[in-house]
Amino acid sequence: MAKKEYSFYPGCSSQSKASADNFMRSANAMCDALDIQLNEIDDWNCCGASIGYAGGSEIPRLSLSARNIALSKQQQGDKDIVAPCAACWIATREAEDRVNENAHVREGINAALGEIGLKVEPNQMPKTRHMVEVLMEDIGIDAIAKGVTNPLEGVKIAGYVGCQTNRPFGIAGESFENPQYLDQMIEACGAEALNRYEKKVSCCSGALMFSEPQKGQALVKDIIEAAYDGGADMIVTPCQLCQMNVESYQRDINKTFKTKFEMPVVYYSQLIALAYGKSASEAALDGQIIRAKKLEEKAK
Amino acid sequence: MSEMNQAMIEKYRSNFLQEVEANVEEGHWVKMCMQCGVCSGSCPMENNWDHPPQELFMMIRANKRDEVLSSSSMWMCTSCYNCIARCPRGLPITHIMHGLASYGKRMGLAPKEQPTVKFGDIFWKSIVENGRVNELKIGVGLYFMNGFVQGIKNALAGKELGLAMMKTKRMNPMEYFGGHKCKDRSGIAKMLAKAAEFEAEHVAKFGK
Repeated sequence: MAKKEYSFYPGCSSQSKASADNFMRSANAMCDALDIQLNEIDDWNCCGASIGYAGGSEIPRLSLSARNIALSKQQQGDKDIVAPCAACWIATREAEDRVNENAHVREGINAALGEIGLKVEPNQMPKTRHMVEVLMEDIGIDAIAKGVTNPLEGVKIAGYVGCQTNRPFGIAGESFENPQYLDQMIEACGAEALNRYEKKVSCCSGALMFSEPQKGQALVKDIIEAAYDGGADMIVTPCQLCQMNVESYQRDINKTFKTKFEMPVVYYSQLIALAYGKSASEAALDGQIIRAKKLEEKAK
Repeated sequence: MSEMNQAMIEKYRSNFLQEVEANVEEGHWVKMCMQCGVCSGSCPMENNWDHPPQELFMMIRANKRDEVLSSSSMWMCTSCYNCIARCPRGLPITHIMHGLASYGKRMGLAPKEQPTVKFGDIFWKSIVENGRVNELKIGVGLYFMNGFVQGIKNALAGKELGLAMMKTKRMNPMEYFGGHKCKDRSGIAKMLAKAAEFEAEHVAKFGK
């Protein structure tokens, strides 16, 4: 495979020692295995995330993403921007759509960008894609399966796609109600995907986990319970916020609901890194609050 | 102000739908709602709102301005986009919910002491100051948003999670004294101020 190069927008949670540090470490190992080169956008800023609306209204919020798009274009031309975080990805795509379709918003954004010598033009912005799109469309599931040297046999995994990697844009050709790509990735890595995981596209409560923890925990409880019901050893997700919400509050959930959950929640990048022969540390398995012991046993 | 302008204001005084169309993000879609309720049935927060989306849309048409803009219902949105994916009329409901919440806040009508309203401000402040999110400061701000005593209680309750995050290298205590930030922070602040100014200048005046 020839090396594939992209402009890279990691997002806040993927920074060193931030909440998705384990994602980024494993994604680096995965990209090394798959011969993908990510060129970080210099001085990228936060996308506003899905809660940005609450403090920043439409034009300030969208200006944030427009700045990233303009910087990427300035630094890396028309190269596709790759975002591994669902919130970053959809915020950037929404900004692009709004700039293309809404002259008033475009005028406001460009007035704001003008303060720092940048601008965006309709239909001339680089495309922003999710990391998963790159894997499925540019590498392809068959090619991913072909390179596996350490199949993760005997591990049963619930593929939890969640919301924002799936809606409103989703991965081309997939349905909103039952997307298949995550299960295909699990199987490509030699593990077993849970059949009919009932909570595959349910909401983890997003940012409301922080402001409304009781309501959030009630949603996550069902997501974990459904994985146990299907006999899963662990959950895998493509989303940084889903990972955090579903993994790290299990202690609180156990207290509130008198459950005994201890369900590991890992990233697809960790599965692929391990299946390609990377070590437990390269796959950042030490970044799990609830250790994924079955994967640790499989690691080379 | 000219007489004609006055007449226009009078005309729109009682028309909340027009106000929403002019001033709320994606508000021009509201009139397209056909009241089927698929959004309500698709919302993960269905047990937690006073008014489901289609009811808010009908209330807008029925001119219930203060009831809509002061409702906590929009602040329950988790941004899961299920309503957008399923709406048979193609309304961008998630965006309209965000827009109504934001506009209610602009009009000074957002519910006081609503946790997501407060959290949203803490989050946005981090972006304006650093260009990036400081997860630790946001977490601490969240613990203390309901006062000092409650903050200490929250921090103690969250201690084990904090320690686990540090142990797994997913939180850095030094982040509190600096941490990740953009280089061009002054540029970002200027950009955001200009964006806010542009938007404020373009809010159409309605009613009182």
